[in-house]
Amino acid sequence: MLSINNLQASVEGKEILKGINLIVNSGEIHAIMGPNGSGKSTLASVLAGRSEYEVTGGEVVFEGKDLLEMSPEERSHEGVFLAFQYPVEIPGVSTANFLKTALNEVRKHRGEDQLDAMDFLKLMKEKAKLMDIELSFLQRSLNEGFSGGEKKRNEIFQMAMLNPKLSILDETDSGLDIDALKIVSNGVNSLRSKDNATIVITHYQRLLDYIIPDFVHVLYKGRIVKSGGKELALELESRGYDWVKDEAGE
Amino acid sequence: METGMDILDEVVSRDYQYGFVSDIEQEITPKGLSEDIVRLISNKKNEPEWMLEWRLKAYRHWLTMREPKWSNVHYPAIDFNDISYYAAPKVKTDAPLSLDDIDPEIRKTFDKLGISLIEQQRLSGIAVDAVFDSVSVATTFKAKLAEKGIIFCSMSEAVREHPELVKKYIGSVVPVSDNFYSALNSAVFSDGSFCYIPKGVRCPMELSTYFRINAKDTGQFERTLIVADEGSYVSYLEGCTAPMRDENQLHAAVVEIVAHKDAEVKYSTVQNWYPGDKNGVGGIFNFVTKRGICIGDNSKISWTQVETGSAITWKYPSVILKGDNSIGEFYSVAVTNNYQQADTGTKMMHIGKNTKSRIVSKGISAGKSQNSYRGLVKINKTATNARNFSQCDSLLIGDKCGAHTFPYLEVSNSNSMVEHEATTSKIGEDILFYCNQRGIPTEEAIALIVNGYCKEVMNQLPMEFAVEAQRLLSVSLEGSVG
Ligand SMILES: Nc1ncnc2c1ncn2[C@@H]1O[C@H](COP(=O)(O)OP(=O)(O)O)[C@@H](O)[C@H]1O
Ligand SMILES: [Mg+2]
Repeated sequence: MLSINNLQASVEGKEILKGINLIVNSGEIHAIMGPNGSGKSTLASVLAGRSEYEVTGGEVVFEGKDLLEMSPEERSHEGVFLAFQYPVEIPGVSTANFLKTALNEVRKHRGEDQLDAMDFLKLMKEKAKLMDIELSFLQRSLNEGFSGGEKKRNEIFQMAMLNPKLSILDETDSGLDIDALKIVSNGVNSLRSKDNATIVITHYQRLLDYIIPDFVHVLYKGRIVKSGGKELALELESRGYDWVKDEAGE
Repeated sequence: METGMDILDEVVSRDYQYGFVSDIEQEITPKGLSEDIVRLISNKKNEPEWMLEWRLKAYRHWLTMREPKWSNVHYPAIDFNDISYYAAPKVKTDAPLSLDDIDPEIRKTFDKLGISLIEQQRLSGIAVDAVFDSVSVATTFKAKLAEKGIIFCSMSEAVREHPELVKKYIGSVVPVSDNFYSALNSAVFSDGSFCYIPKGVRCPMELSTYFRINAKDTGQFERTLIVADEGSYVSYLEGCTAPMRDENQLHAAVVEIVAHKDAEVKYSTVQNWYPGDKNGVGGIFNFVTKRGICIGDNSKISWTQVETGSAITWKYPSVILKGDNSIGEFYSVAVTNNYQQADTGTKMMHIGKNTKSRIVSKGISAGKSQNSYRGLVKINKTATNARNFSQCDSLLIGDKCGAHTFPYLEVSNSNSMVEHEATTSKIGEDILFYCNQRGIPTEEAIALIVNGYCKEVMNQLPMEFAVEAQRLLSVSLEGSVG
């Protein structure tokens, strides 16, 4: 599904990603861990096409297409979803209206008709239930005045609505209490299928008790310095990152 | 490297789609202003002596006045002697025109603007008075309105046919000496619309005026007067466009509204004068005085405006709340893009008891534009138990534009209540990227946010106008980001 080959990227002239290699097949869950500032969010942003990050080398192929050639909205239409580490607030636009617009843009891209109001409402009710979200909540301006946890839950709700092929969750677990963590994980797990894939960026092994990864990668100073199975996360939890740093030659 | 901010910088201009010039034989007075020109205009219109005297008085007063400088707009000095004060399509007779007499070129122009007069007549049930440069060219539906005793005609015709009404009300709300531009308008106003709704009559259709500047180097000075007699109701719409020209053109209109006891007037404007190009060359200078008086008890005047055009807008539709329990409302969306400047707002003057006013102003600035809200709420000692609510919001698109609010309050009694809320939000690169990531392209994202932001004002517009206004908003902001 996704093939990242020697990806390099910089921001404001500073090199952040220094040659990332990663292959994600459909049906898989990959966890990316690593200390603060190692480039995890940068990788997510580059995959989503944020323009302030300049790709300086390498390639990314998504479903047989050159991802880096596409605009952010095209990537979304092709099925790339990013749950933001810091979701923005959009004044005056309700979550419901926002998602209706988003969904219809995707449908337009696929040459499908606009979703009528009844079908949309039905879909929204179903997904809201999955994420334990009140419908009234969705009438409020997107993320405006939401708590940190509510914003994160709203991200996964949007993911459920848009049903992407590749989801990238950037520290969706940070700021969640244990109940919210379970709801979010449940949501992610129930959306899981053999046709989609998920990249979970996280700091803590805690989330990986609920969302079981097939692979765990450690990103450090812009490179993936170690990869393994889910037991790698446990090892990181007990030993910290220092031994990885040592192995990486510091 | 193309950063997010670079994208915001990339101002892709979309052509102003009303920017065509119609090829019509025009009769234009020589440039410059003098008593002779004022006499000439009055003479062209076959005006009675009192009207000429009124104009001359205004002209003499104007000579003693200076251009106001207090607003937050900047522009090169206007040479008032380099403007033609009267331009009219040539016609055979001076008599009021019927639809069939209209020059086919003018008809084509109005068709291009989407207001085919004949179509209007047949389909939409909106009575239209169309003002082309200085002259009113057609008033549809006249007969149907006359059945109810409603007078809806051009100002020139009203001066000739209904002198007692015009004499009584003209200048009664906006006195000649009110300000520099109202004095100028009073001296040289060329046409405009007049509307009188008799006692107890609910006007059965929207009344509408369409203003179009076509001739080069001319100013347009229309004068609109609406009188709603006791217990009557009317909803009035005003639209405006102009061709694209390199030089600035002056538009200085005066609108007066009188609402008698229990009467209600809704006045809606969609202002789309040519805003100038993306480098700030050309565009209309729009200096307008609009004021209504709720002269009788329980009367109501409501201004709704969607301002998207003009290089400079200077405009403060106001209400004098004289009658007890009278209500004044002001709903405004003002959009500025590129190098446009807008200084707009309202004045609510509470005089009667239990008077209420409501102000909802939504400013949207994009490009390198400047957008100011200027409002005055004045509550006199006599206005016991008066209420005002003001909401002034600013939305910034990108980081090269500016928004400013100047709310003034003068409250002279203690049992009144005044509430003011203000917010500023910004559509920055982070919000746009978020929308893009969800599959919503930038232009659609801006439209989505702007529509949500303006909803409260748009809801005030009559249905068919709201659709037009919404489209206009998107067009005005198209290219505000890359
Ligand atoms: N927009 C930006 N401008 C400047 N520096 C940035 C920007 N985004 C990220 N960086 C820098 O890139 C490095 C990696 O950041 P990030 O990808 O957010 O790390 P992580 O998500 O792993 O904590 C940090 O040194 C950070 O300061
Ligand atoms: Mg991060």
